[in-house]
Amino acid sequence: LGTLSSPNSLRGLTFKAAVLIQQWYRRHVARLEMRRRCTWRIFQSIEYSCEQDQIKLHNFFSYLMDQFTPSSSKERDFISRMFISGESYKEAELEKYCDYESIEVPDSYTGPHLSFPLLPDHATALLEAFQQKQQLHARYVLNLLHETRKHLKQLPNISHVSTCYSEEVTVCGDLHGQLDDLFLIFYKNGLPSPSKSYVFNGDFVDRGKQSLEILVILFTFLLIYPKEVHLNRGNHEDHMVNLRYGFCAGLSTISRVHGKKILRMFQNVFCWLPLATLIDQKVLIIHGGISDTTDLEMLEKIQRDKFISVLRLKKRKESSRKPQIEAVNGESEAGTDAAGNEAAPRLSLQPQSAQAPNTANRLEFSRWLRQTVQEQIDTCRRLMDISESEPEELTYSSVVSLKDVDEPCWTRQEEWKQVLDILWSDPMPQEGCRENKVRGGGCYFGPDVTEKFLDKYSLQFLIRSHECKQEGYEFCHNRKVLTIFSASNYYEIGSNRGAYYQANKTAHMLTMTQRISRVEESAFRALREKLFAHTSALITAFRSYDGDNTGKITLSNWATAVESVLRLGLPWRMLRPQLVRSTEDGMLEYKSWLDDLAMEQRSQEHIQSSLLEVIYRNRSNLETIFRIIDRDHSGLISFEEFQQTWKLFSSHMNIELTDDGINDLVRSIDFNKDGNIDFNEFLEAFRLVKQRPS
Amino acid sequence: MAEQEKGRDGLIAEIEKKITEAFEVFDRESNKTVDGREIGCIIRSLGCFPNEAEVQELLAKIEEPDGFVHLENFLRVMTEVLLDRRFQPIPEDVILHAFEALDENKCGYITKEDLVKHLTEEGERFTQEEMEDMLVVALDPETNTLHYRDYRTKLVVDETKIFPFNV
Repeated sequence: LGTLSSPNSLRGLTFKAAVLIQQWYRRHVARLEMRRRCTWRIFQSIEYSCEQDQIKLHNFFSYLMDQFTPSSSKERDFISRMFISGESYKEAELEKYCDYESIEVPDSYTGPHLSFPLLPDHATALLEAFQQKQQLHARYVLNLLHETRKHLKQLPNISHVSTCYSEEVTVCGDLHGQLDDLFLIFYKNGLPSPSKSYVFNGDFVDRGKQSLEILVILFTFLLIYPKEVHLNRGNHEDHMVNLRYGFCAGLSTISRVHGKKILRMFQNVFCWLPLATLIDQKVLIIHGGISDTTDLEMLEKIQRDKFISVLRLKKRKESSRKPQIEAVNGESEAGTDAAGNEAAPRLSLQPQSAQAPNTANRLEFSRWLRQTVQEQIDTCRRLMDISESEPEELTYSSVVSLKDVDEPCWTRQEEWKQVLDILWSDPMPQEGCRENKVRGGGCYFGPDVTEKFLDKYSLQFLIRSHECKQEGYEFCHNRKVLTIFSASNYYEIGSNRGAYYQANKTAHMLTMTQRISRVEESAFRALREKLFAHTSALITAFRSYDGDNTGKITLSNWATAVESVLRLGLPWRMLRPQLVRSTEDGMLEYKSWLDDLAMEQRSQEHIQSSLLEVIYRNRSNLETIFRIIDRDHSGLISFEEFQQTWKLFSSHMNIELTDDGINDLVRSIDFNKDGNIDFNEFLEAFRLVKQRPS
Repeated sequence: MAEQEKGRDGLIAEIEKKITEAFEVFDRESNKTVDGREIGCIIRSLGCFPNEAEVQELLAKIEEPDGFVHLENFLRVMTEVLLDRRFQPIPEDVILHAFEALDENKCGYITKEDLVKHLTEEGERFTQEEMEDMLVVALDPETNTLHYRDYRTKLVVDETKIFPFNV
């Protein structure tokens, strides 16, 4: 080295050195990339399996309606309370129930005050207040919601925006309660103003912690700049979805007293959100996507507020329904006419009875139940058909929340499908159009569907959201479809970027650092929890590879077994080093591995481990069911209600559980001695486990 | 003899499963094809240290005219690579010597300018993006130099946490 080498050989040396360093570095980068993608896969597969839970829940309710026969009067009462609400709100009643004028704002309140009509100063005050973690008083929230609803009612189903009037239009995707991302968008792009139009493409709520704040801000800007701010409805602006994904929970913690009213109002505001936005007649913005039957003309004409929730129950079986009504009513069942439209069944409009018939006959009870539900639906349908008077607002009990449960007339069915497709569909690379079984609603649409659609309506381009993308955005279908997702770090810090799109400019990106290992940690934690939740099934699978009962299996068989149980489609061999700590000569002692997993999860030592496993597996469904039972949204359910729910649920899911098991569980939770369970605490007890360092 | 063969068959089966898993992570459309430009990444994540020329050579054997690579072709070629243990890891001391060769004054660090010059002009040149990415992590922001011993250790430690490939 040094002075003795000629320049040529030195250059040759550094050349070789450079090659080595580059080779070595590129390997390092490839590893990181693989880790990043695996982590992504984990999150996605778990999220989609969560959405499948939603489907299971619906099947559960169908089961309750169709097949379950209660074994005691208590059970009967319980179920009937779940299904019968008899609540219907007319305009005036809504105002009265959710009135805000009687709510006093105490002197001690230091948050922002709103007065109507709103002015830009109010918006600034709100932004500042929320940045300082203050809350808006319930009175102002309700007032805002009333005004928003009034405004939204006069908007068409499809908003039209023209870039002649405002210099730029910015489109934002899913926010999911992540207020910081909204702030960042405003910071980078500017606040809405007469020269700066915004379109917010749905999914403002659920999952993130500040859904309410986001709605308040968006609605405020909507009212201040009605020509420049446009909101599209997303699939999460839907009562059934809110029950599951946290919006409802968030509201009840904010205000025990007024949470109920606020929630009711939201139901009646969400259904009035427009379904789509059209820019310059060229770019269509919808939340989910389209299908091969999407019809913009129909979408423009339907009464969008009818769809408080678009999620539906499975169709009840033909045979089980008709005879029952006959028997109870003594009237003959109406047939279908030539066009396939069902003639309105001739049931008399009796006032709903809130009490189940006092008979010990199970079968009669089921019939009564079915009939009452059917009656409700028909009543509502009848009311909707009155075209002269102002359409009445109807809210059902959260379970029977829509109009099309049973062979409705075909236009209703079609309308519903139009809305469902718009809110829930996803693009796919293959041609064609097929049912979106993963989400349980909407469809997958191919590039040919897009092309035909754009052609039919002379459009250039589709913008949609609904799917989280690692870079915050993604083009597909020959760059004719753009997915924009604005909630960054959706799964965990660093999991993805958020993005917003500016019409006439190339897509911007909000850059946020991706800290791979932290995201990984979170993904693997979630994965370990899933594994734990399937302990029994895993043991059975492992044993099938361990014929000689040695307690060990090969790592290869481990991977195959795990996939056969969890069915997440993950690259288990790549993930193994993070999940399996130690092996002996290439073999895994599976029982002790599972015990290790359990140690991480268990918080309540004395609860039967199989029970814990079951709860973990069904936690999100249980949570949703609880919230439905807690009809006054007080956060409390009685011990009996809990027991009943659990029994029903476990019998449907074929879970074996003794009464003792349930009692043990309840006893281990602190509940006030008046027999009520604060179920938030109950669920927290399991959530807390996740936060412990593993 | 038969035992050995059975063992080898089992080994091959396992290798094929690993290769398929890695491939599928990059298979965006779940149709058993990946973009040819990601092949280098996949090969490297399976434990190999090829240089760019070697990646291109491999790619040439299996790339379709439309730039995509099919799983079956990749599987065929990659299984051989792994069985033959090609593209072995670069030993730590070799990397150290490589850095030292770029450190003209032997002071334990390389300046940003020198680093950029060597890595973007010599060898299998870094792209602008690759260079920037490396600098972000590798450079000591106060002195704008790369202390290569620390850097190398840091990267090695990170790597051993994950995906060790055991044949």
